[in-house]
Amino acid sequence: MTFLTQVLNGLSLGSIYALVALGYTMVYGIILLLNFAHGDIIMVGGYIAWIAMANLGLPPAIAAILAVIGCMALGVLIDKIAYAPLRDAPRLSILITAIGVSYFLENGGQLAFGAAAKVVPSFGDFGSIQLGDASLSGRAILTVLVTAAATAVLTFLVQKTKLGKAMRAVSEDMGAARLMGINVNNTISFTFAVGSALAGIGSVLYCMAYTQVTPTMGIMLGTKAFVAAVLGGIGSIPGAVIGGLIVGFAEVFVSAIGLSVWQDAVVFLLLIIVLVVKPTGLLGRPMTEKV
Amino acid sequence: MLNNVSRRQFLEVSGLVAAGLGLAGCGSSSSSDSGSSDGSIKVGVMGPLSGSVAQYGVACRDGALLYFKQVNADGGINGKQIETDVQDEKGDATEAVTVYNKLVEDGVTAIVGDVTSKPTIAVAQKSVEDNMPCVTSSATTADVISYGDNYFRACVTDPFQGKVMGDFAAKQGYKTVATIFDSGDDYASGVADAFKEECAAKGITVASEQGYASGATDFNAQLTAIIATNPDAILSSNYYQDDGMIVTQARQLGYKGVFLGADGWAGIVGGDQDYASTADLEGCFYCSSFVATNPDESVQKFIEDFKAEYNEAPTNFNALGYDAAAIVCAGLEAAEEKGGTPGSDDYKQAVIDGIAAAKVEGVTGTISYSGTGDPEKSTLVITFKDGTEEIFDTIEP
Amino acid sequence: MKDYYNKGEERPTLSASVAKPAGVYRSLPMPARYAINAVLVLLFLVIGEGLISGGVVNRYQSGVLEQVGIYIIMAVSLNIATGYLGQLPLGHAGFMSVGGYSCALFIIHMMPVLGVETKAMAAMSSPAAIGLFVMGVVFGGICAAVCGLIIGIPALRLKGDYLAIITLGFAEIIRVVINNIDGVLGFDFTGGAKGLSGIPGYTNFLNVFLTVAVVIFLIHTMMKSRHGRAILAIRDNEIAAEASGVKTTYYKTLAFVVSAFFAGVGGALYAGCIGVMDPSKFGFMKSVEILVMVVLGGMGSMLGSVVSASVLTILPEALRAFSEYRMVVYAVVLILVMIFRPQGLFGSYDFSLSRVVERCLNKDFPWKKKPGAPAEPAKEVSADE
Repeated sequence: MTFLTQVLNGLSLGSIYALVALGYTMVYGIILLLNFAHGDIIMVGGYIAWIAMANLGLPPAIAAILAVIGCMALGVLIDKIAYAPLRDAPRLSILITAIGVSYFLENGGQLAFGAAAKVVPSFGDFGSIQLGDASLSGRAILTVLVTAAATAVLTFLVQKTKLGKAMRAVSEDMGAARLMGINVNNTISFTFAVGSALAGIGSVLYCMAYTQVTPTMGIMLGTKAFVAAVLGGIGSIPGAVIGGLIVGFAEVFVSAIGLSVWQDAVVFLLLIIVLVVKPTGLLGRPMTEKV
Repeated sequence: MLNNVSRRQFLEVSGLVAAGLGLAGCGSSSSSDSGSSDGSIKVGVMGPLSGSVAQYGVACRDGALLYFKQVNADGGINGKQIETDVQDEKGDATEAVTVYNKLVEDGVTAIVGDVTSKPTIAVAQKSVEDNMPCVTSSATTADVISYGDNYFRACVTDPFQGKVMGDFAAKQGYKTVATIFDSGDDYASGVADAFKEECAAKGITVASEQGYASGATDFNAQLTAIIATNPDAILSSNYYQDDGMIVTQARQLGYKGVFLGADGWAGIVGGDQDYASTADLEGCFYCSSFVATNPDESVQKFIEDFKAEYNEAPTNFNALGYDAAAIVCAGLEAAEEKGGTPGSDDYKQAVIDGIAAAKVEGVTGTISYSGTGDPEKSTLVITFKDGTEEIFDTIEP
Repeated sequence: MKDYYNKGEERPTLSASVAKPAGVYRSLPMPARYAINAVLVLLFLVIGEGLISGGVVNRYQSGVLEQVGIYIIMAVSLNIATGYLGQLPLGHAGFMSVGGYSCALFIIHMMPVLGVETKAMAAMSSPAAIGLFVMGVVFGGICAAVCGLIIGIPALRLKGDYLAIITLGFAEIIRVVINNIDGVLGFDFTGGAKGLSGIPGYTNFLNVFLTVAVVIFLIHTMMKSRHGRAILAIRDNEIAAEASGVKTTYYKTLAFVVSAFFAGVGGALYAGCIGVMDPSKFGFMKSVEILVMVVLGGMGSMLGSVVSASVLTILPEALRAFSEYRMVVYAVVLILVMIFRPQGLFGSYDFSLSRVVERCLNKDFPWKKKPGAPAEPAKEVSADE
C-alpha cells in the first residue's frame, strides 16, 4: 500500500514543519516579529547533537537533551542581545536585525564547521511496522508522536499556567500587561526559550530523519515552516500545527503524483490562495484597524 | 537610550570605519599587484572558497596548488617559478565575472577554474575576449567549452556520464530504471536527462522520473513513488551529500535494488565521514575518474603526496584540481619552448595551442584533446564491495 | 545688559549679515535646477568614461562599478514600495529575474531579426544595437511590471507581514516556473536549471549609469508629483488618505508596479553584465540583500539607497582579503546598525543639490546656526509605520 506509506511520509514531514512553525508562531504572537533566525537555531541544535555524538561520543539521549537546552539558551541569548534593545524601534528594524542574526549564524556556522554536510550518527534503530504490504517506519511514527506530545504540553503551558497567562496578556497588549505588574521582558524571554526548545526538539527529529546537518539547512526548513505558520494563521498554536501538516501533505502528494519539481510552487500557491481568501490565515484572528 | 545616535554622528563613525576598511583593502590589494616579472609565470586559481559549494572549490584549489608546488620544487617551468593568484568567487556567477576581471588585471597568463558550471559559463563567455587559457577542473555542463577555443576541462561532461551509466545499465541487463535528481541543479538534471535518453535507445523502461528542489532533505515521497514501480536500479545523479540521504531513506523504505550514480558520488564514503552506511551502498555503481583504491602507481603517489601536504585523503575533486593544474603546466611548457613573455597575447595563444596538443598523464587518467575543449580520457565504473570502493570496469573513450 | 544677552541668544543670525530683508528666501527656478543636475550627471558620465577608456579605472573596477549601478537601481526601485509606500515586499528578486530573462531573451531573439552581431551588441557600436538595448531594457521592465500587477492586486489587499510573505511566495513561484518551464513547453526557452547563457554583454559603464540617472530622475519626479504625494499620504496614514479622497488601491498598485518595472530594468542590466542568468540566484536571499540595502540606507531616502547600495557592493570587494570573515562581519554590522540607528543611515533625509545652492545664495550655512539650537534639526522623521 503505497498510499498508506505516503500518508505517513506526509505526517512525519508535516510534524517537523509543525514543530518549527510553533516556534515562529509563539515569537510572532508575543512581539510581532518574524524571527528569521528561527530556522538557524535548528541548525545550531543539529550541530550540537552532532558534536555531542560524533565528537564527544555521548549517548543519543544526552545529545538530544543537550541540543534542546542549547537551542533554548541560544534563543534567549539572541533575544537579549539583538531584539531586546529594539523593543520600541520600528518593526522593520527588528526584522532586519533578525535577518542579520540569521546571516550571522549561517556564516558563523560555515566558518566554524565548513560548508560540507556533517553526518549525525544514528539515534538508534526504530524498526518498522508491517501493515499489509506497507512498511511504516518507526522513526516517522515517533516523529508524529513527539510532535503531538510537544503540542499538547505547549497548549497546557499557554492555557493553564500562570506564565502562559502572562504570555497571552503580553501578546494582547504589552503596555497594559506591564501596568498589571507582569514582567514583560522576562515573559518575552520565556517565550523565546519555549519557542527555541521546540526548535531544539525539531532539530533532533530532523537529525534522526535526515542524518545530515549543514550550515544552510535552516533556510529551507525555516521558510517552509514560516509558510506553514502563516498558512495556519500566525500567532495561533493549533494553526501552526494544521499549517505544518498541510504543507507536509501538499509536498508529499505533489511528489506522489509525479510533479515533484513543482512542489515548492504548489506550496506557495496554496499559501497565496489561502491568504487571498482569508487574509489572516486559516485560524488567524481577523485584524481590526483602529482609526 | 541606545537609539539616540544622530545621523551626523552615525555618518562620522561609519565614514571613519569605511575609510579604515577601504585603506586596509587598498593596502592588501596593492601588495599583490606586482604583475608577472621575468622570473615567474603568474597563474590564476579561482573557485568557491566560501559559500554553500565551498567544499568543491576548496578541494580543487588544494589539488591545483599541490601540483604547482611540486612543479616549483622541481625547478619550475623552463626555470621560471609559477606564482599563483587564488581568488574566491563564492559559487556565484556575478562574483566569478568580477574575480575573472581581477585576475586579468593582476596579469595572469592562465587560469585554473572555475569549479561549478554556471559561474564557469559566465567566465567562459568573458574569457573569449581576452583569449585567456582556462582549464576548469570540474565544470561538467556541455556548454562550458562552446564559447571559444581557450576553454578546456579536465573532467568529462554530464551527457557523457549519463550515457555511460545508461550503457552500463543495459550491460547489466536492467529492465526498468528510475531517476531521482535535483531539478535546480544543472549537473544532476543534465546527467539524468542523458541517462534517460540512452536508456530509451537501449530499450530500458524509465518507470519514474523524480526531481526535487535544491536544498530538499526529505525524499520519502519521491522514493515511495519510485519504489512502487519496482525498478531494477535507481539513478541518483546528485552530489554525494544528497545521494547519501537518498540511499539511506530508500533503504529505510525497504528498497533492496541497485543505485547508480555519476561522479558526484565520489566522496560518499572514505572521507572523514560516510554519508551513507557501507551496508546500504553495497553493490551500487557510479562512474568517476578517480578512486583511492586504484592500484595505478601515479595515483598512489598522488595520494601519498596529498596526505603529506594536507594531512587528509584526497577526493575526486582534489584529483581533478591536480590534473587541471597539470594541463595548464603542459600548455605553459609548450609556450616556454616557443619563447615570449608570460602575459602577452602570443604567449597566451601558445599556451592554448600547447594544451590542445598535449597528452597529460594525470591521476584521473590520460588526458588529451582532439579539437575541442573536451578531454578524451577513460572513465572508471566503481562499485562498493565489502565496504570499500573498487574499480568494476574501465570504459575507454 | 543682561537682557541684551538673553535676547542676543535668540536673535536670528541671518538678519545681521544678509543685505536682503530677513524672511525673503532666494530660490532657484525649476529650469535652473534641472540644468544643474543634468550638467553634473553629464560631467560624472564623461569623467567616468574618460577614466575607463584612459585606463585609470581598470576593467575589474569598472565591472564592479557596473554592478554598483545595477544595485542602485534595485535599491531605489525597492525604496518606492518600502520607503515611499510603506509596505514590505520580499519578492524583489523575482521581478529582477523576470526583467533579466525577458530582456535577455528579447535581445537574443531580436539580434538575428535586426541583423545585429554579438560583437556590435557588446560594443554598442551601431544605432541598431543601441536601439535594441533600449527596447530590451524597457521590455524587461514592462514584463516585470506586468508580473508586479498580477502579484500586486491580490498582495496589496493584505497588510504588513502577510504582504511580505505573499510576495516572497510569488517570487519563489517565479523562480520555480523559470526553472521548470522548459519541461512543460518541450523546447529550450529559459534554459531551466542550466541557466540562460550566451547573453551578449550589452552593458558598459556609460549605459548603466545613464540608466541609473534616468531611473532616479523618473522616480524623483514621480515622487514630487501629485501621484507621489498620494503615495506618501498612504504610507503616513492609509485611512486618513482614503478619507481625503486618495484612491488608495489605485496608488498602492501603481507604486508597486512602478517598483517592479524598475526592478525589471535593473534585472535587464544584470543579465547583460553577467552574461548568464541562473534561476537559483534569484531566491529569497537576493530579495533580502536588496531590502537590507534600502533599510540600511534609510527608508524613503533616495540618497540612502544610492549610498548603501554602493557601499554594500564595493565593500565586499575591498574586503576580498578577508573573504572568509566578510559575511560574518556584514551580519554583525547589520545588527549593530539596526540597534544603534534603527531608521537607517540617512533616515528619511534626502540630498538636494538645488537646496545647497539655494543655501549658498542665501548664505544660510549649517555652521552659522543659532547658538544654542540643537545640533540636529528636529524635523528629521523616520519612515517607520
